[in-house]
Amino acid sequence: MATSLEINGRTVQVESAPDTPLLWVLRDEVGLTGAKFGCGIGQCGACTVLADGTPVRSCSLPVSALSGMKITTIEGLGGTHPLQEAWVKLDVPQCGYCQTGQIMSAAALLASNPRPSDAEIDAAMEGNICRCGAYQRIHAAIQEVAQATGQPTAKSRA
Amino acid sequence: MNSRVDQAAARSGATRRGLVVGTALVSGALLVGCSPADLMSAGAKTEVGAFGPFIRIAADGAVTVVSKHIEFGQGSHAGLAAIVAEELDADWSRVSVEQSPANSKLYANTLMGVQGTGGSTAIANSWMQLRKAGAAARAMFTGAAAAAWKVPEAEITVKDSVVSHVASGKSAGFGDLIQGAAAIKPPAEPSLKAPEAFTLIGTDRVRRKDSLAKSTGQARYTQDVNLAGMLTAVVAHAPRFGAKVSGFDAAEARKVAGVVDVIEIPTGVAVVAKSTWAAIQGRNVLKVTWDESKAEGRGSAELEAQYTDWAAGKGALPDKLKWESFESRGDAAAAGEGEVFEATFDFPFLAHASMEPMNCVAQVGGKGGTKLTFASQSQTIDQINTARIVGALPGSIQIETLFAGGSFGRRANFQSDFVAECVQIAKKVGKGTPVKLIWTREDDMAAGYFRPLTHHRVRVRLDKDGYPATWTHRVVTQSLMKGSPLAPRGFDATTVEGAMGSPYLKATPAVDGQVLMPENGVPVLWWRSVGATHTAYVMEHTLDHLAKKAGKDPVAYRLTLFEKAGAARHIAVLKLAAEKAGWDKPAPAGVTRGVAVHECFGSVVAQIAEVRLVDGNPKVGRVVTAIDCGTAISPDQIAAQIEGGTCFGLSAALHDEMIIKAGAVDRKNFDAYPVLRHSEAPKVETYILPSTNPPSGVGEPGVPVIAPAVANAVLAATGTGTFRLPMIRA
Ligand code: FES
Ligand code: FES
Repeated sequence: MATSLEINGRTVQVESAPDTPLLWVLRDEVGLTGAKFGCGIGQCGACTVLADGTPVRSCSLPVSALSGMKITTIEGLGGTHPLQEAWVKLDVPQCGYCQTGQIMSAAALLASNPRPSDAEIDAAMEGNICRCGAYQRIHAAIQEVAQATGQPTAKSRA
Repeated sequence: MNSRVDQAAARSGATRRGLVVGTALVSGALLVGCSPADLMSAGAKTEVGAFGPFIRIAADGAVTVVSKHIEFGQGSHAGLAAIVAEELDADWSRVSVEQSPANSKLYANTLMGVQGTGGSTAIANSWMQLRKAGAAARAMFTGAAAAAWKVPEAEITVKDSVVSHVASGKSAGFGDLIQGAAAIKPPAEPSLKAPEAFTLIGTDRVRRKDSLAKSTGQARYTQDVNLAGMLTAVVAHAPRFGAKVSGFDAAEARKVAGVVDVIEIPTGVAVVAKSTWAAIQGRNVLKVTWDESKAEGRGSAELEAQYTDWAAGKGALPDKLKWESFESRGDAAAAGEGEVFEATFDFPFLAHASMEPMNCVAQVGGKGGTKLTFASQSQTIDQINTARIVGALPGSIQIETLFAGGSFGRRANFQSDFVAECVQIAKKVGKGTPVKLIWTREDDMAAGYFRPLTHHRVRVRLDKDGYPATWTHRVVTQSLMKGSPLAPRGFDATTVEGAMGSPYLKATPAVDGQVLMPENGVPVLWWRSVGATHTAYVMEHTLDHLAKKAGKDPVAYRLTLFEKAGAARHIAVLKLAAEKAGWDKPAPAGVTRGVAVHECFGSVVAQIAEVRLVDGNPKVGRVVTAIDCGTAISPDQIAAQIEGGTCFGLSAALHDEMIIKAGAVDRKNFDAYPVLRHSEAPKVETYILPSTNPPSGVGEPGVPVIAPAVANAVLAATGTGTFRLPMIRA
């Protein structure tokens, strides 16, 4: 009952039972531990990865539902994504545990909306809890990348 | 004893004092009834190189600073490294940080006497120790260069890891001189830099060293540990505090693919499996029956009602429970003509809810002895508790301390609760097999160790000028130190710190402050900023009610009281915050401002919050903060801690509330236990008071001021006080 997954551009056969949440497959079987366990019920965002570019909570998705989709984890960003550079420049992380999930949510936001407004950043990041309270820097880092690389959208030009 | 860092002791590098967590952890020493450092490190094998336990220098000149303190977000790793780099004159870009092993002799917190992190002391206790270590290593290099070049040592300079002699034109890197340097005896009292000579400390160059690892998923947390042959365990825990296993049926659990064993331990029944998911699945079908005869039967509502009665002088106290005076002078009950303010304040139990739930990896019974691989906040206590279970010398218990995904105090407690649980399982599994204990969020929240539910009752009578003439204060809360080997005689200062010793009480002629510390079955613990989590709120919100009655401006009113109390640092931070916030100018339309000032962990913080009411609920915008934390090592990380601390405090002000019903936790995950989210985060500005005093706490002092500042802004907007937290109840 192997499931075939495409993770960070690589095809991987996983043996975990089909009802196993993607998070535990990534962490325990594939050995990618960047996505974190925080709540297990889709409430905190620590486990966020991208499925076909959409941010998903990997703790709450059975691996069988991901078959054929392109999964991107923090490891797939390569360490040189503009958001990662901004995170380092602004020293966003405190304990850091939530940050991989934060970055994945932000990456999905900027991919679909390169110049988000404050309110759009708030809305996109609302599902990612940071108990250390690094929100201010998370917000600033997203804005920094949006300003540096984002093309003005029709909306922001108007 | 209170939580203030003893500036003189910190300055002189003196060891041990009775600050809060000091009291807590020193008691670990009394556990085995011996001098902590020597006996508790018995059995330890730690290699120390030529430059001492805190510094390693590689052949290529790269400097590694060994941190005895855990890094759980507070930024200590970078701060500690900067202290060494400053005195060593090392090239900051080539300094890295490594976590020390557990060794209570080499790596004791100098303010606690044992190894551990807490009470916002990481920088404060290390200040002189690491300056001396850095300066001694520097002297070894200058000595080696002087010998090699046959020039006077006094003429040698060091900059960015390069040792130079200008007159002869000679220069060499640390790497080139390392053999000579290592052969030189380090001076016991090396000369230290004057603060004016600092080139790194206090600059924006002191930045975190771990941001890249934490932004790429490479940083290693307990949750990420994966050792060869490792098993994962989850535990079925008692549904009520104080319940015990009376029986269990593991037949179904054992049928789950991947489940290896089901084991009874003192705290429940563990399902041990080859993967996390298998362990969780196994637990889902495990049947456990519980003996609840000794379980706590009360809940938050009953406790609050009881505390309220006692504080009002109603109802008899149980045997042995009595009021303890924490501050008393004059006749506070004396009648007078001035206006009276009287109020009660209620605070719920609070979960730490760090993003990484509690977890641990233990290996017991193998050839290498007992080894723990996890984020240990109090290594010595964890060693002692582990040693008791496995029957070994505490110092022989090896701990590899990893990053923690937050803690806020939760990872340090006298019982080493989750650590002991993991060790119990690993002991039964045996053979040195690594066992990773994972707590789900539900396990983490249901385990207790909460900030205790707390009730205050305050009565203040003003004099003819509108300043406090009498102040009567009652606090009812569980002791944080009870159950520790050093249960304090009299009262536990952590329950009242911040009220006790407050400049407002100092400025009041007649004071009667008393605390009652009842026991119940809910385990409680320090929670980021400890007693100040409630005392700062009560003192600071009360102050605005008093100023209002007196018809005075809240800032001016405070300044007068601080003058009376001789609280110069309070005055300085309050003036700075008021100036930066533009207190004397009108707030933006629809916005009111609230102020609060509090001293804890040796630092004084003033905050002014701008608040707007949206659907009747406070929405916090700009927050201006001024802090006096002594010498600022890393201004950027101080700002980060103030930003984060403010969010942590605001979360408790607005949302956090753990509810217990009939001895059981009613809120077990973030759906039922809301916390502050992105859109609610304020814009925090941080201003640091220039100071050459030794550094004091930063991780906690940013937490307690925001709640009263917000309540005071709401009071200004609506005329209504807020006497219960959280402000928005789920
Ligand atoms: S762990 Fe998936 S959302 Fe919290
Ligand atoms: S950085 Fe610690 S939870 Fe976000």
